[in-house]
Amino acid sequence: MIHFENVGKRYAEGGEALSGINLQLDAGKMAFLTGHSGAGKSTMLKLIGLIERASYGQVIINGKNFSKLGRRHIPYVRRDIGIIFQNHKLLNDRTVFDNVALPLVIAGQPHRDIQRRVRASLDKVGLLDKERMLPLSLSGGEQQRVGIARAVVNKPPLLVADEPTGNLDPALSAEIMNLFAEFNQVGVTVLIASHDIDLISRMGKRVLVLEKGRLLDGDSADAPGEVQQ
Amino acid sequence: MARQATRRSPRGAAMRPSTTPLSAGDASPAHGSIRRPRLKGRLRGYLKGHFQALFLSLGRVSRNPLSSMMTIAVIGIALALPAGLHVALKNVQGVSAGWDDAVQISLFLNQGIEDAAASRLVEQLSAMSTIEEVVHVTPQQALGEFRQYSGFGEALDVLDENPLPNVLLIRPTRAASEPLMVEPLLHELRNLPAVEMAQLDMEWLKRLYAIMAIGERGVLVLAVLLALAVLLIVGNTIRLAIQNRRDEIEVQKLIGATDAFIQRPFLYSGLWHGVLGAVMAWLLVTLSLWLLHGPVQRLSLLYNSNFSLGSLEPLAVLVVVAVGGLLGLLGASLAVGRHLRDIEPT
Repeated sequence: MIHFENVGKRYAEGGEALSGINLQLDAGKMAFLTGHSGAGKSTMLKLIGLIERASYGQVIINGKNFSKLGRRHIPYVRRDIGIIFQNHKLLNDRTVFDNVALPLVIAGQPHRDIQRRVRASLDKVGLLDKERMLPLSLSGGEQQRVGIARAVVNKPPLLVADEPTGNLDPALSAEIMNLFAEFNQVGVTVLIASHDIDLISRMGKRVLVLEKGRLLDGDSADAPGEVQQ
Repeated sequence: MARQATRRSPRGAAMRPSTTPLSAGDASPAHGSIRRPRLKGRLRGYLKGHFQALFLSLGRVSRNPLSSMMTIAVIGIALALPAGLHVALKNVQGVSAGWDDAVQISLFLNQGIEDAAASRLVEQLSAMSTIEEVVHVTPQQALGEFRQYSGFGEALDVLDENPLPNVLLIRPTRAASEPLMVEPLLHELRNLPAVEMAQLDMEWLKRLYAIMAIGERGVLVLAVLLALAVLLIVGNTIRLAIQNRRDEIEVQKLIGATDAFIQRPFLYSGLWHGVLGAVMAWLLVTLSLWLLHGPVQRLSLLYNSNFSLGSLEPLAVLVVVAVGGLLGLLGASLAVGRHLRDIEPT
């Protein structure tokens, strides 16, 4: 599902955010991406979300080689990747329902399907009773769950989350992580960037460690950079 | 990856009440399962997208009534100027159209031609299909008129003989009065052996038409300049709207919106501004004409005329609205093309 082949990212301002990354994450797997801030976690997720392009190497997601992808095709590729942002990136002038419905509206789904899917998605994250509210009237954890509902509403095969528990207390963080694990159980590939080592280790999933732009050998499950529990 | 193996009916999930806040259920996303609708459905979805954008943009226009009205008013004034001048020109043309009847050719016959010959010529000319009426003014009549109106009566008494020629006043038929038709007639009359001189009393009319042609061209030039202004006004309005919605555009791009989807509401917003501006222009012109109606009526009465001020004809209203809409759309597409591409999520 996620395949990095000798991927590097240099910034014009100087400095190499990522260098020589090799990674294979099969479909249906769940993994955590961790490391100090500035180690390149966000950059890696940006490469997966096509927000940035690799300076060299191959990024192949869901069978699509991003280095050969034209600008015109980017929207369609993004529709197959559910991205959850640390700062939620919700539209604050629209209701929770409209926020979650946006990916379906963009994909031109029929109105009837949109109603049904948005409700199902909100039900899944436990916000069915808040669909008429505006995002800013919700708590941080609730806003994060709206973001998750929006990411999964069109049933993408891959979920990517950037510090989804960044601003949440431990109990809420665990709930969010369990939610991701549930999505993983039904076949969704999940990659979560997080520096909450305690929580990650309790989840018992594959852990990829980034250090100064290098993945500490993420090729196989028993490599030194990974902790398999 | 096990495709959809665990996916059950999401409808069940939607209807079942949520027991625990984060319960596992049917709504879990399974493998990319957005069904691609059939062609008919896609077309319907496409049209629906356009309708949504149409009304979404109208909603946005109406949600900022003050700034929207200002923009629409500026567009309205810009469009009202050429439209109003067009109406004014049409009215002048309407007044002067009646003056074609006044075309008259004066034939001055050779000195010393006999009265009988002159009468024969009158009969001959009256029979021509292009001539409506011939009035024969004999030298005696002319002298009498001159004596009566000029005030030089006593001076004329000094003359031994009447110096005035026979004059035939010729009124061509309506068809022959057209500028193009009257020239050959004039030429023909001038070449008659008995005619010393033929004069067309139409030079001033020609000048009037020339002035009106300048007016028409001037209105056209003004219209083009103001159209350019409308384009810039709409372009700037849409540019600001794009900047205000920068975050929203970023989010839309992040979750897979195409450029076409994102730009649609902005294009329709430009269309609305243009169309509403055109309606405003129509109102302004109508109001101005209503204000002018009374004074024009009084002036026209002073000339014993039943002239009444014409308004913007329905076709012209349609043209103004269509041009307004088109300019709005064009201005918006210029702004969208320039600024939407710059916004990329980071």
